[in-house]
Amino acid sequence: MSRKSYSDPIFAVGERVRVRKTAPPGHIRTPFYIRGHSGTIERLCGSFPVPEELAQMRSGLPAQPLYRVRFRQKEVWPDYRGFDDDVVEIEIFQHWLQPAKERTTP
Amino acid sequence: MSEGAKELGSYQPLTYFQLMEVSLRELLVEKGIVTDAEIDATVEDIRSRTPERGARVVARAWTDPGFKQRLLENGTRACEELGLDVPALRLVVVENTPEVHNVIVCTLCSCYPRMLLGIPPDWYKSRNYRSRVVREPRAVLAEFGLQVPDGVQVRVHDSTADMRYMVLPMRPAGTEGWDEPRLASILTRDCMIGVAIPQVS
Repeated sequence: MSRKSYSDPIFAVGERVRVRKTAPPGHIRTPFYIRGHSGTIERLCGSFPVPEELAQMRSGLPAQPLYRVRFRQKEVWPDYRGFDDDVVEIEIFQHWLQPAKERTTP
Repeated sequence: MSEGAKELGSYQPLTYFQLMEVSLRELLVEKGIVTDAEIDATVEDIRSRTPERGARVVARAWTDPGFKQRLLENGTRACEELGLDVPALRLVVVENTPEVHNVIVCTLCSCYPRMLLGIPPDWYKSRNYRSRVVREPRAVLAEFGLQVPDGVQVRVHDSTADMRYMVLPMRPAGTEGWDEPRLASILTRDCMIGVAIPQVS
């Protein structure tokens, strides 16, 4: 139990994460094309006010961790025609991410 | 009609948006929310931001390995060393290498490192560029005249939130011994967005 509050970063660089596949109403800064896809944490950018809240003229506080997540293009676009290693990197807030680890069942 | 004659005053009617701008500006001044001097200062500030700023940063990084390292670690702070204020947002500088080519987009709107590159070009804000460069970056780069070889990874950076991105291009061969101003002279805006690479003529 090292996590103090829901505003603390919970993902580490290199960790596999999955973007929530959901479409809430309002102003969203998580691109539609990446929702539901899995990627790898490239870096933690810091904590920033929540854009969905800012768009409603609220404070967006407490600030939430923002990550840069790296996705393989071939996984994002099944018909991608570039090089296998090509990637797209996107800033995504923690509340849009969930762990993507394969669950090891005993 | 020559450009000069246009500037000196052919009395064209204002367009809808020009009229809206004038009306809003005059109202804001009249109500004391902003002053004319503040508006002038802001316009001056916007005009002073041009890609030459980004070019200075890259030229310094090419000639000073310590600066380059600091720039890649914390772009905002490194720019402050050059007296370039990057207010209220974080600059992430991404480096082109023989293995990786970087290109920048904002698929959601038109986020752009204005403090270093000025006002974004129209194509950067177009739906065509924004929707296609994430999906078929190699085809889009080819349309800009840039063929990225198969062995080189293309890394697209979608600026969706609080970071802003600038590409640090590779220093081309044939520039050995050049000083910073001369290096800066080959650094175009497009090189720092990642849709071109610096050319030595």
